[in-house]
Amino acid sequence: MNEARVNYFVLIFSIFLGLFLELLPAPTWASWFKPEWLLLVILFWIMYAPSKLNVTLAWILGLILDALTGTLLGEHALAMLITSFLFLKLQRRFKLYPIWQQCLFILLFVFLYQFTIFIIQGAIDQLPGSYFYWGTCLTSMIIWPWIYVLLRDWNKKFVK
Amino acid sequence: MSQMINVSNEEHTLLFKHNTAAAWRFVFLFLISIVLMIYDHRSSQTEKLHSSLTTLVAPLQFSISKPIEIAEWLKSSFSTHQQLTQENTNLKSQLLLQKAEMQKIISLQKENKQLRALLRSTPTLQTNYQVAQILAVSLEPFLAQVILDKGKKQYVYKGQPVIDSTGLMGQVIQVGDLTSRVMLVSDSRSAIPVQDERTGVRAIVIGQGPGRLLKLINVPQTSDIRVGDELTTSGLGLKFPIGYPVGKVLKVENYPGQHFSTISVRPAANLEKSRQVLLIEQKSEAEIKEAKQDLKNISKEQEQDQKLRQTLGNTNL
Repeated sequence: MNEARVNYFVLIFSIFLGLFLELLPAPTWASWFKPEWLLLVILFWIMYAPSKLNVTLAWILGLILDALTGTLLGEHALAMLITSFLFLKLQRRFKLYPIWQQCLFILLFVFLYQFTIFIIQGAIDQLPGSYFYWGTCLTSMIIWPWIYVLLRDWNKKFVK
Repeated sequence: MSQMINVSNEEHTLLFKHNTAAAWRFVFLFLISIVLMIYDHRSSQTEKLHSSLTTLVAPLQFSISKPIEIAEWLKSSFSTHQQLTQENTNLKSQLLLQKAEMQKIISLQKENKQLRALLRSTPTLQTNYQVAQILAVSLEPFLAQVILDKGKKQYVYKGQPVIDSTGLMGQVIQVGDLTSRVMLVSDSRSAIPVQDERTGVRAIVIGQGPGRLLKLINVPQTSDIRVGDELTTSGLGLKFPIGYPVGKVLKVENYPGQHFSTISVRPAANLEKSRQVLLIEQKSEAEIKEAKQDLKNISKEQEQDQKLRQTLGNTNL
């Protein structure tokens, strides 16, 4: 299948934007519902141009996220790795789904991502103390269409 | 559903034919992350790696935090003259009150020194403070941690206690060149030796996660701890200096059939609101070792003293 052309500036800038948004301060109640910005951006690029953003890069970005958030080294990296690897397998069909079906699958993948982190936190006996932890899945799902349309159009504009 | 699985199986094999390298890379990275996590959890030797990673990501954190600080500064610089004068008078009256308090403290300090000299006990350790700002960056909501804008360059060290204006905040757990990471008292890994101010009962306060109350553990149901008691650092364990408020007892529950009371503690520090904190500069590790040795000697001396007193029948001292 032919792959869309990618503007590297947009690619790198969007990844940085994802990192920034991860760090954006919020009150405690709101921080439970913060979408997984970086994961969504990575999933978008894996879907859009799987040859440009590979699993290794997703892993490295996960490692940076570990350093930023103070979790165990490798925790976010592992979650990012598993999610992006499975997503890569689904990527060709995912592209063709209508947007609502994409949203449902995003919900599933973000859940997988959070579940991995949840299990690791459980293994070291530091489980998140609130059920709001899973709220991130929902907000990520809601935000996905916007990320999808924005990044796609932005990239198209630069490629032309 | 079965159709879907078939399709995915086909694709699976196809993908593996084309991409065995990717699959191997996945397995390799998977194993690396697991080894890394276990190593990070079990061993304390990852400190250097952590410190360099903290330094690496510091610019990102600063670049998020600075605009927010600037926005706050702009907000304050546009406040009205009236507001400022009012704030000024308030602060002045506060300062006056605190100066008056200080006078008392100075005389008390003198008295304390004399009394200690009379008792021939060691003087309390001198402490210095360093002001630090909490960076406005968001972390995982299930970790009670904050980032400070001071690091190795400003002589911050691992294990350094952090307080705010009302009580103990936590301790430094990672130090980068420019920033450092503080574990708050409410983190589930935090444990602090404390003492009840009223009765002198000693116990350990542990955190239960951000936004939750602290818990006093292993307190027998018979020990004298009541609702409203102030808990301060006991200085045992030599990590935190003695006498800083940690929290207030909020609830004491005794269940028959259990060994220990269930005691909830409200933290004294404003864990979620404080922006400015103080780093307490204590002694270096060598000096702490020395202090430990001293402590042992002192306890020996005290034992000898007590024996002496018992033999002399003198209980006045």
